[in-house]
Amino acid sequence: MNYADIILIAPEISMALLASMIIIVDLFSSNKKLLAPLSLIGLLVPLCFCIMVRDNPSLGFKGTVKVDDFSLFFKYVIILATGLVILSSTTYAKRFDKHQGEYYSLILLSATGMMLLVSAVELITIYIALELTALPTAALAAFIREKKSAESGIKFLILSALSSAVLLYGMVLIYGFTGTTHLSEIGTVIANHLSTSEQITDNGILLFSVILITAGFGFKISAVPFQMWAPDVYEGAPTPITGFLSVASKAAGFAIILRILYAVFENEALSSDWASMMAVLSAISMSVGNLIAIKQNNIKRMLAYSTIAQAGYIMVGLAAMAGNTTLYTSGPVGILVYLAGYTFTNLAAFAVITAVSEDSGDDSVDSFAGLIKKSPTLAVIMTISMISLIGIPPTIGFMAKIYLFGAAVETNLTWLAVVAVINSVVSAYYYLRVVKTMFIDSPDEGQEIHPKFGVLSAAVIAISGTVFFGFFPKPIIELARDAINTIIG
Amino acid sequence: MEIPGILSIAIFLPFISAVIVAVFLTGKAARGFAVIASALELIVTGYIFVAHRQNGYDFSERITSWFPDSFPVQYFLSVDGISAPLILLTGLLGIVAIFASWNITERTKEHFMWLLLLQGAVIGVFTSMDFLLFFLFWELELIPMFFLISIWGTGRKEYSAMKFLIFTILGSAFMLIGILVIFAGTGTFDMTKISEALPSSNLIMPVGILFLFMSIGFAVKLPVFPLHTWLPDAHTDAPTAASVMLAGVLLKMGGYGLLRVSAGMFPDQLEKYAWVLALLGVINIIYGAAITIRQTDLKRLIAYSSVSHMGFVLLGLSAMGGVTSHLAMTGAALQMFTHGTITGLLFLTIGFIYERTHTRHIPDLGGLARRMPVFTVSFVVAGLASLGLPGTSGFVSEITIFLGAFPAFKLATIIAAFGVVLTAAYILWMIQRSMFGPEKERFAQIGDATAVQVIPIGLLIVSIIGIGIYPAFVSDVFTEGITEMLNMTGAN
Repeated sequence: MNYADIILIAPEISMALLASMIIIVDLFSSNKKLLAPLSLIGLLVPLCFCIMVRDNPSLGFKGTVKVDDFSLFFKYVIILATGLVILSSTTYAKRFDKHQGEYYSLILLSATGMMLLVSAVELITIYIALELTALPTAALAAFIREKKSAESGIKFLILSALSSAVLLYGMVLIYGFTGTTHLSEIGTVIANHLSTSEQITDNGILLFSVILITAGFGFKISAVPFQMWAPDVYEGAPTPITGFLSVASKAAGFAIILRILYAVFENEALSSDWASMMAVLSAISMSVGNLIAIKQNNIKRMLAYSTIAQAGYIMVGLAAMAGNTTLYTSGPVGILVYLAGYTFTNLAAFAVITAVSEDSGDDSVDSFAGLIKKSPTLAVIMTISMISLIGIPPTIGFMAKIYLFGAAVETNLTWLAVVAVINSVVSAYYYLRVVKTMFIDSPDEGQEIHPKFGVLSAAVIAISGTVFFGFFPKPIIELARDAINTIIG
Repeated sequence: MEIPGILSIAIFLPFISAVIVAVFLTGKAARGFAVIASALELIVTGYIFVAHRQNGYDFSERITSWFPDSFPVQYFLSVDGISAPLILLTGLLGIVAIFASWNITERTKEHFMWLLLLQGAVIGVFTSMDFLLFFLFWELELIPMFFLISIWGTGRKEYSAMKFLIFTILGSAFMLIGILVIFAGTGTFDMTKISEALPSSNLIMPVGILFLFMSIGFAVKLPVFPLHTWLPDAHTDAPTAASVMLAGVLLKMGGYGLLRVSAGMFPDQLEKYAWVLALLGVINIIYGAAITIRQTDLKRLIAYSSVSHMGFVLLGLSAMGGVTSHLAMTGAALQMFTHGTITGLLFLTIGFIYERTHTRHIPDLGGLARRMPVFTVSFVVAGLASLGLPGTSGFVSEITIFLGAFPAFKLATIIAAFGVVLTAAYILWMIQRSMFGPEKERFAQIGDATAVQVIPIGLLIVSIIGIGIYPAFVSDVFTEGITEMLNMTGAN
């Protein structure tokens, strides 16, 4: 370890220090109001470090951590998501009374794990980062002192451990096969092996490890059939944390899948196999998620199923990675664009849900009845967010979907694109039900909704991003393209 | 003089007005501002039409740096003979719709905001020459209409709004796939280049399926049997202004798409499946008319008559490839324009009558002629134009279609001609039952049109009679646009 290495992970270090600082301030100061602004201002430090290290992408810590445009893209997304989540927690967290410090620092620690995860290029580092991400999240999910939240936390913890075990097994197989844990070396060994040996049976081992790894990460991104935890955890967890889970943890999960698939399994003999697996999982995820979401009456639960469906859409990009001869780039670029757009859109939705439930004390879709009269701003923000989730212009959701489905068509996966667009139609039904409830149903008498400054500004920032990039998606697309170009090497 | 940027103005004038209405104005101020905005929009669209007709300006605007080069979506607007009259129609019905909502009291400003957004989106559809931009506006139009129906509608309004939305979005889902496949094959979204690039490009799906995908989206919108079931519900439950826009311009987006995309980009396919179009056209005409006769709700009746009338558009398109295809397609395009004004007037009048009588159930009406002379005149004019009386615009478009389609599909045209008889039957019967007959006591107190309501009625009557007398005003432009399109495809 030397000075250059430290600089390389300065964003992560500063993030972890920020988390510790919040705990210390919490310990000595009785003024809990300071914590959220402090965390928000503190987030600028890792952000600045990210921008600082941008100019010299390099490998550090004996080749285990890599800072490149790809990992930086995700770090921006994670920092953005963390900031928005903290901003929308400002009033929500008051209910945790003495434990607000822990709440914020756990969010920051989980974000540290995610940031480390997206720059990890070695199996053990990946695993450690993954655990660092998951453990604080489990604690956060159980943060409310009631049954549902406890159930949510314990469910997340157990299933997270289970999926980690599966993932580890996949990693062990790869290590056994190649004798190294560095992704780039693994890729070279596999490529050499496949070019020299005629043995197809060896591919079986590799393919099996791909399956195990996909299963492990499938949990992270809540893709069917690893989605069982999502609805319960989403429903029970504190609302801002649900937003955090649905966005940041998904982004990190996709980042590492992309990294592994590109570095290790890009070989043509393998890619056609895993690509078709991804295609099938993608189609199932979106269909299951959307169909079950229709019936939900709890809005958090509904959005949990919507997340499963959205994971399905994003997996279209994974399936579109493998072409006949070369890896296509528009699929992965689409994934990155979609994830960035989804961050804005979904966090806007969760900010609104937080604001509404603060006053109504209820997470049901019905609590949104007549929101347009009670708080027009929130209603409009929620509407735009729902429209973006369906994929109707002028929102980033539309642009991102076009990009992803275009990639599918480009790689001869037209059937998947057809499944995806039909799913978008199905999803329109339940997303618009929320809109209908807000605009048409008559509100409960005497229920007033006054969004507080923090949560309102989070919603406004998130929705501004949704609309702005809906009109001008070029900056995101170009960032995403640069990011992808660095990992296809 | 060719005013640069006029197409962007035509699109963004309603959008910006909508934002101003939403943010700054309420109640009557919102209404007044909407009237001014839509009047300006009528002037702008009128200018676009006249300048294109007189001087052939296409007002092209192109911004290529909108997207990265690898995904070459452009902000590309242009006008040709096919779109210019439809832009005018949108401007005309836009102001009519604003006047139609004059007496809205519930959530006034929202209503005008959605109407203006809707108008801007439709103008965008007719002016976009980039396929993805076209699709963007195509989708954008859904949300305003969804709200218009579901908030200010009557009856099962929420069901109808959702049905409208799901049907349309399902159709456009297939269209999106089609657009992406075309892009994958030709590498461009530029609609002016696609028809040349398409035959030589390497498509990943059979061109017949691609043609089907594209056409489904338009067929839902037009609507073509059996995808028409959303239309009666949406029309019946929509507020007057939304019905006017829906029948007047939104259905035309379907016809426009069939002309521009299905005929313009896939002439061979359209020729190959012309018999399907002719068959569906005849079904639309006869089946639509037969159902119309049975209706007892005025709005539902006119809604089904729209299904019947849009069948003529299909029949006109089916002549593709024949010697008379210019004529038939001009007729189809003209039918879209005239149907927009005629049905717009019908829905408008029905809306006004309903405001006073509070019923649209035909058996409950009757004997209104003496109490409402103005509405009766407008109802009769629109009705007669709808059944194709010579001297009205309806006659011109239908006779042109018959003349054009007859050489290609003799039997279909003959059967379709019987549709006119059915139309005469239901229109005359409807007018007779609702407006004439003995006066009813319960309508003794109701009055006639107010001065404000005469304005939109007058506008539409002038355009109906005007085009009936001098059809070349519009048809010349259509002919020019269609000739240009057919020449480009090399079909003739």
